[in-house]
Amino acid sequence: MRNTKLPPDLQAAWQEIDGYARDYGLDYFPISFEVLDYRTLYEVASFGGFPTRYPHWRFGMEFDQMIKGHTYGLSVIYEMVINNNPSYAYLLEGNDMTTQKMVMAHVTGHVDFFKNNLWFSHTNRHMLDAMANHAVRIQKAIDRVGYEPVEDFIDVCLSLENLIDYHAPYIQRPEAQTLVPVTEEEQAEELPEGLRVDRRYMQGYINPPDFLAAERQKLQDERNRSRKFPENPQKDVLLFLLNYAPLDRWQHTVLEIVRDEMYYFAPQAMTKILNEGWASYWHSEIMTKKAARASEIVDFAEHHSGVVATSPQRMNPYKLGLELLRDIEERWNKGKFGKVYDECEDFAAKRAWDKNLGLGRQKLFEVRKFHNDITFIDEFLTPEFALEQKLFTFRYNRDTDLYEIASREFAEIKQKLLYRLTNFGQPFIQVEDGNYANRGELYLRHRHEGVDLRIDYARDTLRNLHKIWTRPVHLETVIDEKKRLLTFDGRDYAERRID
Amino acid sequence: MADRVERDLNRFRQIVRGKIKKDLRKYMSQGEMIGRQGRRYVSIPLPQIDIPQFRFGQKQGGGVGQGEGDVGDPIARGDGKDGGSGEAGEESGQHTIEVDVTLEELAQILGEELQLPNIEPKGKKNIISEKDRYTGIAKVGPDSLRHFKRSYREALKRQIATGAYNPDDPIVVPIKDDMRYRTWKTTMLPEANAVIIYAMDVSGSMGTEQKELVRITAFWIETWLRSQYKSIDIRYIVHDAAAKEVDQQTFYHLREGGGTKISSAYKLALRMIEERYPPDDWNIYCFHFSDGDNWGGGDTRECVDILRKHLLPKINLFCYGQVRSLYGSGRFAHDLEEYLGKIENLVVSEIADRNDVYDSIKDFLGKGK
Repeated sequence: MRNTKLPPDLQAAWQEIDGYARDYGLDYFPISFEVLDYRTLYEVASFGGFPTRYPHWRFGMEFDQMIKGHTYGLSVIYEMVINNNPSYAYLLEGNDMTTQKMVMAHVTGHVDFFKNNLWFSHTNRHMLDAMANHAVRIQKAIDRVGYEPVEDFIDVCLSLENLIDYHAPYIQRPEAQTLVPVTEEEQAEELPEGLRVDRRYMQGYINPPDFLAAERQKLQDERNRSRKFPENPQKDVLLFLLNYAPLDRWQHTVLEIVRDEMYYFAPQAMTKILNEGWASYWHSEIMTKKAARASEIVDFAEHHSGVVATSPQRMNPYKLGLELLRDIEERWNKGKFGKVYDECEDFAAKRAWDKNLGLGRQKLFEVRKFHNDITFIDEFLTPEFALEQKLFTFRYNRDTDLYEIASREFAEIKQKLLYRLTNFGQPFIQVEDGNYANRGELYLRHRHEGVDLRIDYARDTLRNLHKIWTRPVHLETVIDEKKRLLTFDGRDYAERRID
Repeated sequence: MADRVERDLNRFRQIVRGKIKKDLRKYMSQGEMIGRQGRRYVSIPLPQIDIPQFRFGQKQGGGVGQGEGDVGDPIARGDGKDGGSGEAGEESGQHTIEVDVTLEELAQILGEELQLPNIEPKGKKNIISEKDRYTGIAKVGPDSLRHFKRSYREALKRQIATGAYNPDDPIVVPIKDDMRYRTWKTTMLPEANAVIIYAMDVSGSMGTEQKELVRITAFWIETWLRSQYKSIDIRYIVHDAAAKEVDQQTFYHLREGGGTKISSAYKLALRMIEERYPPDDWNIYCFHFSDGDNWGGGDTRECVDILRKHLLPKINLFCYGQVRSLYGSGRFAHDLEEYLGKIENLVVSEIADRNDVYDSIKDFLGKGK
């Protein structure tokens, strides 16, 4: 590999930026910058920022797309940094000095976020090594059973990779995965006694036959419930499969690795808006107030406006995060918060509100420590902000085959935003029963919250699930407002109503 | 490091070409790379394989956007079917920006992606002329080529750097060093002319989705042919039981009832060529789209006759694209293959859905005619 040490001019620039960032109170892991030519940069990017990953065609696909995007001038990678201690960040060889400085400043924001944000606190900080180990372990499996079987199995695992419990790393779930034997020894059938009867002739009156039957049923239900497996619905479907699916050892390894990496990347998906906003806030602050020379300011403005550019159908997380953080800073600087402010009904007074508190910066550091995208939006999105930023919701119109602006109501915008973020835009799917119909079949349930699954994909995913579980698999979901059970039994695919 | 991604890349390409893991091909789609052409977005057919997951269909979803507009204003086209894209799970720290592309660049990308051969125009029409294109920027040049915006920017940068810029009195005075000029590159352009004649079946069985398939395919055909010829005439024919010439707008939106008599369209095309486009001076391309449900009663035989005796000898290429309609697709494609399959400049391709567009364009234009 080429020597990627920073050349002296970049080294000097980094020392300067590093100084400013630390003066501002940013607190980050040591950052190791590497200058890469565009080809190598895209290689690393296609591996998710890591120099070593296990072999899989999808990395080739990503590389193919990125390198073409670059060659045709359709898209450019602007920065890349990985959450690791020390952190690694990459600079594109040949970028002008203004861009390099801006990227460095941006990266300090990201790494500060990785280090201090609560939701990252459980991520593996030696992921660079872990990824390399994963590659070695999968290579060993390949050496043993051959390339194709392993690749096919990775495809299967990737098809299920989003079925993890996104909150599991932070909460200790009781009874998460109990190993209660599925077949308990049969207990002697207890006859339901009914209520106490002192005089035998009263028996038929106090405990009529249908009452006794109901009692019996209740007992039976209780017994069934206690035999349920798993006892509680499992959100971490992958863990369930790891524990109970009949996997070969190498398959177990592969599935475990896919799950591990998914958990590593989860917090990044969880804090996209806040993380990008935070980094953009700092590159803007550091560049405009400190690092940019007068001759660089025009170039900086041009790059920056590219980063925060918006298009109607896509929310730019950089833009939303940055603007919301600035809004918070202003509100806490001026004291525009709290009961008195919220209850004030004089708009002129509200607009001119300024208590000169100067708490903005302090508040921002607090936000970066405790929030993820959901809590960030939930707590700080205000009607004034939505209006100022011209936010709207859109929906699909079946008649015209167009996406249309649906509303500019604050409540709807907020709800839609939060909704998109909940569970990171993934459907909630959990294991209900690992011994469905007492035949060892797997029963998953989709907690339907208004949006149907993409059905052709769901079918093929079931097929993949069957490859792991090897017994028939079921998915309970809702299609066009009707409850459906999708089943794949290894040969045929079936769909039936279960209202 | 290079080896690693190279290996993955080769593997991916083999899958795309259908050499290995054929089951994955059904998840192949175009997309991801979006170029903007004027006011519309066009997706460049880059193959992409989507691994199936439990995920949301898009339609009920919607989302939140940012910008001007009133309630009810359209902001984007649907994709006609229930597509899904994984929004979350996107790895952080990478940011890509959409960039404008010119039609020429689009054609070039298309050509490379589909490995299209350059067209060799026939006969004396193959005249090459030189053309200057202004593509670069230089520090010296004639005043008439001064690039105002670039010069202004340089001057602004210099004044800010030297402290001469005053935001309250924003006067920017360029000096000689600030000046930037356009420069040109001389390129060779073919002088040949071409005409595209589109014919489409507008009988009742052709629905909106079918027409959309035609529109997408036609867009790419035009983009490519424009890059190969200096100027292009485009004529549109619609037909059900009878054929008539229409303009572009009508072509894509007209909907008639009734049966289908394909020979009517071929006769009209033939008349157009005889009247306006002498084959010695023009490169002629005919594209016909239909769901393949032709009338019985010997009309198909008549079509084959016209094609073999009159149309095919006069033109560069005849392409027949059969789209699949709600009622399935007819046997016209099959008949053409059977009777005329051996003739060089006839191409038949079936377009069942959007993912086939990619292959069809390659079928149509892959011959280099």
